[in-house]
Amino acid sequence: MLNTLLEQSSLFLQQLVNGVTLGSIYALIAVGYTMVYGVIQLINFAHGEIYMLGAFLSFSLVTGFFGIGLPFGLAVVIAVIFCALAGVFLDIVAYRPLRRAPRLAALITAIGMSIFLQNLALLIWGAQIKSFPRAVVPAFLFAPALQFGDVVISWLQVVILTTAVLLMVMLQLIVHYTRIGRAMRAIAQDKTAAALMGVNVDRVVSYTFALGSGLGGVAGILVGLYYNAVYPTMGYFAGIKAFAAAVLGGIGSIPGAILGGGILGLAEVFGGGYISSSYSDGIAYAVMILVILVKPTGLFGRFARDKA
Amino acid sequence: MPLLQLKDIHCYYGNIHALKGVSLEVYSGEIRTLIGANGAGKSTTLMAISAIIGLKQGEVFYHGTSLAGRAPDEIVKSGLCQVPEGRRIFPGLTIRENLEMGAYCRRVKSAINADLEMVYDLFPVLGERRKQAGGTLSGGEQQMLALGRALMSQPQMLLLDEPSLGLAPLMVEKIFSIIERIAGEGITILLVEQNAHAALNLADYGYVMETGKIILEAPARELLQDERVKEAYLGE
Ligand SMILES: Nc1ncnc2c1ncn2[C@@H]1O[C@H](COP(=O)(O)OP(=O)(O)OP(=O)(O)O)[C@@H](O)[C@H]1O
Ligand SMILES: [Mg+2]
Repeated sequence: MLNTLLEQSSLFLQQLVNGVTLGSIYALIAVGYTMVYGVIQLINFAHGEIYMLGAFLSFSLVTGFFGIGLPFGLAVVIAVIFCALAGVFLDIVAYRPLRRAPRLAALITAIGMSIFLQNLALLIWGAQIKSFPRAVVPAFLFAPALQFGDVVISWLQVVILTTAVLLMVMLQLIVHYTRIGRAMRAIAQDKTAAALMGVNVDRVVSYTFALGSGLGGVAGILVGLYYNAVYPTMGYFAGIKAFAAAVLGGIGSIPGAILGGGILGLAEVFGGGYISSSYSDGIAYAVMILVILVKPTGLFGRFARDKA
Repeated sequence: MPLLQLKDIHCYYGNIHALKGVSLEVYSGEIRTLIGANGAGKSTTLMAISAIIGLKQGEVFYHGTSLAGRAPDEIVKSGLCQVPEGRRIFPGLTIRENLEMGAYCRRVKSAINADLEMVYDLFPVLGERRKQAGGTLSGGEQQMLALGRALMSQPQMLLLDEPSLGLAPLMVEKIFSIIERIAGEGITILLVEQNAHAALNLADYGYVMETGKIILEAPARELLQDERVKEAYLGE
């Protein structure tokens, strides 16, 4: 009796840890959707592919796929910078020309870019799942950081969680206390008025893509390590789930995306653990449908005073 | 040389020919007003000057140089700032942040802070509520915020689009006296108004606009006496 109770509670604890870890990753991706939506009212469906690129690039740089192998830290930094730039490039090439076109046109383009990038990855890296060889990744990441009873928290989980928390804090500081962050919020509220104040709207939108895509890239690297699997369609599923998280939080709201990511991560792990693991993917969809039916504006409503 | 000069500008919204050859000029230090009925094209004129709307034909000159091809932010940087119709403050930004948005193109922190204090002096209600969201202000207060925000850009010239819109008479009076004060500081003003009486009393010179064209222009004093203006815009 006591034994099963202990077993139950340690299972619960383990899942809580796993859920929070997963949730923090969803949050990292979700803020990218929400920030871009905030400034240009576009659901950037190719955001998941930026995340996928982050995973592939860090993998390639660290394993010498492109000829030279770099130290892990350097590879990560370069991959993240590349993701940020790729996001900016994506906007300039694919979305900016459609800024005044009907929203559906941009949305379809976003879906097109998503498919294009997936296939580009397929072409470059192939369909086979890649995994980080243990030798190139700092060994401590896979060691347990904390262990009580059956509950194990790996250093990687600790790293994922602290990275996510630090980046979210940094993001909030940027959005609320810098000139460019203020401009992002102003654009989200009234683009024309922001332009009349001398804001170069295109440039601020580029910064927004850079920030969101950089965070997405970080998430891709972390997930690539966490599941030790990197493949061209990884961005598709993660993207849908993170998008669901953004919708749950209220698309356009950064705190909403963070909370939505956390909730979704927990729901997925607990749902998978207590109902059936084959349902875990469906949970994201169920959450999204439920939100759209019950409270389309999400937890922090898109029409809340401060959309950022 | 006029500070601002519009030469035969044409603008379209899709197929709608909103401005059909508008020409006007404003000299440094003046207040000029542009009056006209709803839908005449007054706001379109200001949006064309600010490069929010593109020109199909014609040119805008500022300081004698053409603004063709300039982006809205470049125009603000050259000292020409607009207070748009309906105020369009940022409702979710605090009053202070709204004012800081006005100073977006400026870099010198100490000068910006000094101007913040200047605006708080000019509009004490903004100073008292600086940490509140702009959206919590009343219409009149929002107009003050919109004016203060524009002043934060250190403008040479202001384009004001119906600053009295939707305000109680007392507030209208207050806003107009503030505009007069701003002009007294040497800031050139182009004032768009439906309140023709107040606008013509304040301005040096006026333009009357109808369906996308300037149909009449004269010193404001003369327009106040003009029979057509009296009948159509002054309700006399
Ligand atoms: N975004 C738009 N799309 C299509 N037509 C527009 C748009 N904005 C204005 N118009 C049309 O252009 C014409 C001029 O409009 P504008 O807003 O410049 O008038 P206005 O003189 O400022 O009027 P008001 O006094 O009501 O503000 C009107 O016929 C109006 O219907
Ligand atoms: Mg108007």
